[in-house]
Amino acid sequence: MSDLGDLYQQVILDHNRNPRNFKRLDAANRTAEGNNPLCGDRIQLYVQLDGDTIHDIGFQMPQGSGCAISKASASLMTEAVKGKSTQDAESLFQAFRGMLAGGANAPGKLAAFSGVRAFPSRIKCANLAWHALHAALQNQGDPVTTESAKDF
Amino acid sequence: MLDTRRIRADFPILERKENGARLVYLDNAATSQKPRKVIDAIVHYYSFHNANVHRGAYALAVEATDAYEAARTAVARFVNAWSREAVVFTRGTTESINLVAASWGRTNVGRGDTVVVTAMDHHSNIVPWQLLCQEKGATLRMVEITKDGRIDLSDFGRALEARPKVVAFPYVSNSLGTVNPAAQLIRLAHAAGAVTVVDGAQSSPHLRVDVQALGCDFYALSGHKMLAPMGSGALVAKPALLDAMPPYHGGGEMIERVWDDRSTWNKIPHKFEGGTPNVEAAVGLGAAIDYLEQLGMDKIAEHEQELARLAIERLSQVDGVTVYEPHEHRAGVVPFTYGDVHPHDLATILDRDGVCIRAGHHCTQPLMRRLGVAATARASFYIYNDVDDVDALVNAVRKAGALFGVLAS
Repeated sequence: MSDLGDLYQQVILDHNRNPRNFKRLDAANRTAEGNNPLCGDRIQLYVQLDGDTIHDIGFQMPQGSGCAISKASASLMTEAVKGKSTQDAESLFQAFRGMLAGGANAPGKLAAFSGVRAFPSRIKCANLAWHALHAALQNQGDPVTTESAKDF
Repeated sequence: MLDTRRIRADFPILERKENGARLVYLDNAATSQKPRKVIDAIVHYYSFHNANVHRGAYALAVEATDAYEAARTAVARFVNAWSREAVVFTRGTTESINLVAASWGRTNVGRGDTVVVTAMDHHSNIVPWQLLCQEKGATLRMVEITKDGRIDLSDFGRALEARPKVVAFPYVSNSLGTVNPAAQLIRLAHAAGAVTVVDGAQSSPHLRVDVQALGCDFYALSGHKMLAPMGSGALVAKPALLDAMPPYHGGGEMIERVWDDRSTWNKIPHKFEGGTPNVEAAVGLGAAIDYLEQLGMDKIAEHEQELARLAIERLSQVDGVTVYEPHEHRAGVVPFTYGDVHPHDLATILDRDGVCIRAGHHCTQPLMRRLGVAATARASFYIYNDVDDVDALVNAVRKAGALFGVLAS
C-alpha cells in the first residue's frame, strides 16, 4: 500500500500552495491550453521563446480548476524548463512521462511526482501541464485534452 | 432507519477492504452496488433459462420471454405506469431521453420552436435536446436556478411564455440532491402546451414514483443506480404518445412486416426495442425492484434523508467546509467543498480510508458555472449506508484538512 505522503510530498504541497511562475506572460509568443474534461482541470500556458531558448514561462488555472497535483506539476515544470532549450525541455517531458509510466525517476525536484505512479487516477493530473508545454513548443493551436493524447 | 446490518450482508462487495479499512461506498448517485439477489438472478437466468426472446417455438425461449416480460411488469408496477406497454426497455436514462428527442422530438419540433431544460439538468438531459435543436433550428431555453439550489419558478414561468414543445427537467438533481416539485412543474408545462420529459435517474432509486400521479408524458430511469445491472433501464411513456411516434432503431423485433422497400411496425413497446434486448439486464432489474419493494420506497427515502441531514450537520462543523444548498426537500446527495482543497485531491485522500466519493462536475457543467465552482465533492447515500459511514466520511475529511493545512476559503 502506498502512503498518501508519497503522493502529497512536501514539495508538491508547497508548490500547490505557492505556485511559481503563476502568471500570464504578455510577452509570450507561444501559448497552449490544456484540459482534463474528467475533472474540469484547465491550464493556460504561456511561453516566451528567444530563438531556441525558453526565456520565460508562466501558467494560469482558472479559480479552483487545478488540483494539487496538476498545479504543483505545472509550477515545478516551469521552474525546470525556464532557461532551457526547447530540446532539453522536450527531453524532460519524455523523462517525466516515462517516470509516470513506470520508468526511472525524472531529474531533480521532478522526482517528487514518482509517488503518482501508485495512483493511476492521478497520472493525467501530473501530465497535464507537460502536454500543454509540448503543444506550445510544437506550436499546435488546438487545446490539448487528457482524452486526446493516447499516452497521457 | 433501515436495518443496515442485515442489508449490508446482502451485498458481497461491501465485504471488500480498502487499504485495510472497510469499504464506505458513498458514490451511489453515480451507481449503486448490487445485492446477491440481483447477481443470482442473472446467473440463474443464464444457467437455466437463456434463449432469444419473442421468437422461439420451444419451451426455453418461452421461459426467456416470460422472464423478460415479467421484468416489464415489475417496472410498470414500480412507477405505476399506465400499462405494461408503456414500458420500453432501454440501456438507461441517457438512451431513454435520446429516444424521446430522436423520435418524438424530430417529428414534433421544428424551426422556431422552443425546448426548455433547466440549469440543474444532467448533460444527458441537455445534450440530446441541443442536438435536436441544432438539427431543427429550434431554440433551447435553460431555466435558471435560485441561490438555494432550486428551479427558479419565475424564470420557469417566463420560459413557458414561449409555448415550448418540450419541457425537460430532473425529478431529483444528481449534483445538488434537490427534489423538484415535479407535479407542479408538469402541470404548468402542460398548461403551456408542452410535453414533459422527467429525468428519473436520481428519483427512481430513492423515492416512491407514481408517473400517473405526476402526470408526466415521458419518464426515464436507469437500473444501475437502483441495484440493477449496468445497461438496464426504461423509458416509461403515455401509450398514446408511443403509438404515434416513429421507431428509434430499425432492426429485428421492432417490425410487423418487411417488404423490399418499406416495413410496418410492431406494437408498442416492441416497436422501440429493435434487436435482441439485454434480457439479463431486464431480469436483474426485476429482481432489484423486488428487493426495493420489500424494503419499501418510503422507508428508503426517509433513511437516506436522515443520513444526508446528519452528514450536512457534521460536515458543517468542520471549519472550511461549504455544503451546497438546498438544506430542505433534498434526497441523499450531499455536495460540498473544503477550503482550497481541490475535490479531486479530497477524493484521493478519502479513498485511502476506503471512503468512495465523487469529485468533479458530475456531468452538470452549466450548474457548476452557476455555482461558481469548477468542481465539488459529492457524497451520496443508499440503503446500505449508515451513521458509521457518515462518521468515516467526516473523519476522512478532517484528515485531509490536517494533511493540506486547510485555509478556509
